[in-house]
Amino acid sequence: MDAPLLQIKQVSKHFGGFTALSGVSLDIARGERFGLIGPNGSGKTTLINCISGSLRNDAGSIRFENSEISGLAAYQRTRRGIARSFQIPRPFHTMSVLENLLVPSAYVVHLREAEAEAKAMEILSSIGLAGKAGVLASQLSQVELRKLELARAMAARPRLLISDEAMAGLAGAEVDEVLEILFDLNAKGIAIIMIEHIMQAVMRFSQRVVCLDAGRIICEGTPTEIVGNPEVQKAYLGA
Amino acid sequence: MKYAIGAALVVIAAFAAALSGMNEYFFYAAYIVLTFVVLSTAWNILGGYAGYVNFGTGAFFGLGSYSAVVLFKALEAPLLVQILAGAGIGAALGFGVGIMTLRLRGIFFAIATVAILFIMETFMVNWRYVGGATGLQLLRPEVMAPFDSYTRMLFVVMALLAVIAVSIARYIQVGWIGRGLRAIRDSEEAAECSGVPTLKLKLFACVVSGALMGAAGAPMPMYLSFIEPASSFSLNWGVSALAMPMIGGTGHWIGPVIGALLLGSIQQIVTVTISNEINVLVVGVLLVLFVVLAPDGIVGLFRKWTRRSSR
Repeated sequence: MDAPLLQIKQVSKHFGGFTALSGVSLDIARGERFGLIGPNGSGKTTLINCISGSLRNDAGSIRFENSEISGLAAYQRTRRGIARSFQIPRPFHTMSVLENLLVPSAYVVHLREAEAEAKAMEILSSIGLAGKAGVLASQLSQVELRKLELARAMAARPRLLISDEAMAGLAGAEVDEVLEILFDLNAKGIAIIMIEHIMQAVMRFSQRVVCLDAGRIICEGTPTEIVGNPEVQKAYLGA
Repeated sequence: MKYAIGAALVVIAAFAAALSGMNEYFFYAAYIVLTFVVLSTAWNILGGYAGYVNFGTGAFFGLGSYSAVVLFKALEAPLLVQILAGAGIGAALGFGVGIMTLRLRGIFFAIATVAILFIMETFMVNWRYVGGATGLQLLRPEVMAPFDSYTRMLFVVMALLAVIAVSIARYIQVGWIGRGLRAIRDSEEAAECSGVPTLKLKLFACVVSGALMGAAGAPMPMYLSFIEPASSFSLNWGVSALAMPMIGGTGHWIGPVIGALLLGSIQQIVTVTISNEINVLVVGVLLVLFVVLAPDGIVGLFRKWTRRSSR
């Protein structure tokens, strides 16, 4: 049987007396498009921080491609195949757009410079940033920064991409643009966890959605099931 | 290749100068300028590339000096051994400072490095074996052939150390380590998530930087024939080691070299022609001017200028 790409079992995380996650269990299949929703403070970012390694879970297990990763540092998880983008873009602002991508090329994929640059340009063209390759990251617009976040994550050649609110604060057409990029990446076989407040985008994108509230999963299902669920409506959708 | 030839030429020139009939005072002053080249280059590996501002250069420098004195007093160890010991102790302190970066960033890291400086000074003030607060007079050993004065020999030694330090800094800057350190400076979280082993790289930068600072401090007691804690652990070392790369430019290995040669020479001239106190003022004024008017230093000004003229 084909084991899930990512297996999260009974993961908990406390900050002092505050329980951010309690007993969260979740499987992500290879190549799946997965949506994670929930109100502010429900633990979405904590969960993906535990997956990507920015935080360590207090209890439970996180297995990626059948091996336990919850003890690994973030950089080791990136090398295993988990990449992420940040909610508030964190570009390497003193580097050019191209150089931003060369960091994961050097540290994850171990490519030689010429090869790495060719690969990076390929990613930039696919994402619509090729024209900005030589521009300093600090001079990019908001939507370009979001794209750079995704492009840099892609340069690490992940099998799981975590997109943390890549569309927050973007206008309608820009949302479609980013959504299109995520669909393209998924078509290449990359599983994607999308965290998003723009319901329309999550519903269009996801094959399966989980809703978190106060550190627990309150509902799991297809987008239509989620929207129809009374608990989700109460906790999140404001019905 | 070009760099290797240039570096070899610098060493040969230093050798030739030391064997020529040039005025002794030149070597006395140039030794200090070269010390600053090593210190600011070392500072820049951590402060410029990785963005961790170290005010405690004096701690590494002074510790290097005292390691040399202890070895000299106890075993009459030769200069080379003293320098290696200074580098080793500097590297060890660097490792400790590197561990601190796990928890401390930005201004908190900078404050902690100042604290280390004061701890070191207090420790040496209370250590009788190395002379305590009054210090220790040292008798230089016989100078080695082909040199006819100890100062000239030390000048060549420091020129060699400077070339080694700059070569290491350059090697780090142009390669994958430099790219990782720059990523850390821009965003440590994003660097880690881009596969950069941030702690390992920071430890590496701290150890290399510390070792070079310690090595630079080791020949100082022989240069002065004297050692005492207040000047060995002076905050001025740290301020200069920070100001010189800032003025020269922190992004490129040549920046700290330019800054140190320029500022170090000005300081020496001011010391002779005006007074020793004024030279600290010169550093301060220049630093403020550059931070406000040219935050990327002389290298940055030069780049701006070449970009404009190429248009």
